[in-house]
Amino acid sequence: MASFLQYLVYGLQLGSVYALLALGYTMVYGIVGMINTAHGDFLMIGALGTYFIAKLFDSVSIDGTYPMLAVGCIILIAMVMTGGIAVGVEAIAYRPLRNKPRMIALITAVGVSMFLTNFPRALPFIGPNPRPFPTLFTPKTFTVLGASITSTQIIMIILAAVTMLALDRLVAKTKMGAQMRAVSMDKDAASLMGINIDKVISITFFIGGALAAVSGICYASVYPQVEVYMGSWLGNMSFVSAVLGGIGDIRGAMLGGFILGIAQIFATAINSTFGYAVGFIILIVILLVKPAGIMGKVTIEKV
Amino acid sequence: MKTTNAKTMHPLLRKIGPLLGCIVFYIVIMLLRRADIINGYYMQVMLFAGVNVLMTASLNLVNGFTGQFCIGHAGFMSLGAYGAAVITTMVFKSNSIPEAAQIPVFLLGLLCGGIVAAIVGILIGIPSLKLKGDYLAIVTLAFGEIVRALLRLIQPIGGARGMIGIPNYANFFWIMFFVVLTLWLLRNLIYSPYGRAFIAIRDNEIAADAMGINTTKYKIMSFCIAAFIAGVAGGLYAHVLSFIQPDSFGFTKSADYLVYLYAGGSGSLTGSVVGAVLLTILPEVLRFLATWRLVLYAIILIAVMLYRSEGLIGGKEVPFLRIKRSSLYEKPWVGRKKNDMSAE
Repeated sequence: MASFLQYLVYGLQLGSVYALLALGYTMVYGIVGMINTAHGDFLMIGALGTYFIAKLFDSVSIDGTYPMLAVGCIILIAMVMTGGIAVGVEAIAYRPLRNKPRMIALITAVGVSMFLTNFPRALPFIGPNPRPFPTLFTPKTFTVLGASITSTQIIMIILAAVTMLALDRLVAKTKMGAQMRAVSMDKDAASLMGINIDKVISITFFIGGALAAVSGICYASVYPQVEVYMGSWLGNMSFVSAVLGGIGDIRGAMLGGFILGIAQIFATAINSTFGYAVGFIILIVILLVKPAGIMGKVTIEKV
Repeated sequence: MKTTNAKTMHPLLRKIGPLLGCIVFYIVIMLLRRADIINGYYMQVMLFAGVNVLMTASLNLVNGFTGQFCIGHAGFMSLGAYGAAVITTMVFKSNSIPEAAQIPVFLLGLLCGGIVAAIVGILIGIPSLKLKGDYLAIVTLAFGEIVRALLRLIQPIGGARGMIGIPNYANFFWIMFFVVLTLWLLRNLIYSPYGRAFIAIRDNEIAADAMGINTTKYKIMSFCIAAFIAGVAGGLYAHVLSFIQPDSFGFTKSADYLVYLYAGGSGSLTGSVVGAVLLTILPEVLRFLATWRLVLYAIILIAVMLYRSEGLIGGKEVPFLRIKRSSLYEKPWVGRKKNDMSAE
């Protein structure tokens, strides 16, 4: 029982990383209709950026721990920076291809991903070596029914849940959300209604990038190592979770992220390689049973 | 084939010209190799370029001509590589068979690799072709990753460490032989009724269905043929590198082939050849830039996609990968009037 709970905690922890990243994937897919394979690299940028921003805040740290305010600043700067990079990527690489076939945008995204990975790697002050991630949150360990859970894990899980709710409300209730939904339904009609499509898409990318930064910080806080390659497989897995939940659907992405995280941890407990494959096996089964994902709506193709 | 206009070559020359060209090319390369102008490293790059041409051309059949999205093509390649390597290193130990038997064993290995990949291609194709567009793409991605994870689990073939000591039977002759053979077969396939059906499905699946084309059958057929070629290419790859491991066939590799295909221009065999050859050579040429080479490669790729999104070749074909129009439009199943040719 205790080990079951322990695995569940680890599963939720990994799941919240996937979920936060999957939110960005799913929003971009829902609004622009492209698979942004570079999204995982936004996570890496966020985590790596945090590492350097935390270095700047070194003077306020006491014995390697930062005061609450500084942590808030670090996270905020990292979010804004990553969001800005995401907006820049969209404006430079994806916007000109908006009316081209989707596969073209996908190939460009592969190129962007390659660039985002290799550019920091080539920079002399970053390089390919892994670096220890600074301790932003000092973990306190609690024991619940024999399973230990740290305050970092609790913060992560709550953060993921709150973000999901906030985003869900944003899309459902605000004017911005209504614009987003309109653009996702029909770009041309939305444009005719006076919606600035470029702005809506930029904001979407900004939110996606910022959330990727948060998930990068979460991931690096529990697996405290940052390197330029960390984004690729996390990106793949969070993409799988977005599809699992029904791509384009915010709640689905969240659900998919947690399902995948928990399944992966339990499967890894059996066999480490199987842990990697289980996500894809679940994905294929779900897609064959319910092709639009768990929460996705089936669209009927009209001639 | 009754009308020949003045521009076309003599029919016989047109038929055997490309073959002669290939033979001349082979001899020239071999002479340069003997004179040591082409060293072992250049040769290795050329062998990989050949394997990549095979992979890209087979991916082109699915993505470019049938309009499906396969983004896990390296999965088929890994099946072929392992299938072929098991035959040549485990079933027939390479040092225990006579010299004369090496080539047949090699070819048998390639055939087995291709068949394994093709069977899996059908198995994955039947259920997943119910899905359309992006979802199909995701299933093929998942398939590629599952194959990789499973290969890591099978200990007799090396598990995650991979297989070593595969005899390097795949010399320039065999690579070139398979590239030419595959391009020739694919060309003929694409201009056959089957190929017409593939293209019809690509252009408009619903309309193709309405015209009586069994779209599922043709989509699976396209998948299966592409998987077979990818399997053979994987077998060749294993026998060039003499070392394979599951992790070298991950999504990165599939993405490479997608890049070759779309940078060269999908829907054109010439594009596949140009894309695969150029982009295999490009990172090697940029090697002097050390860590910056992949940055520049990425920038070049993005620039090609932004400024020439139809690909470098962009749907055109060189003459010998094209069939003469007159002979094409006389076929009854095409069902088009002669004066309707402007539509093409």
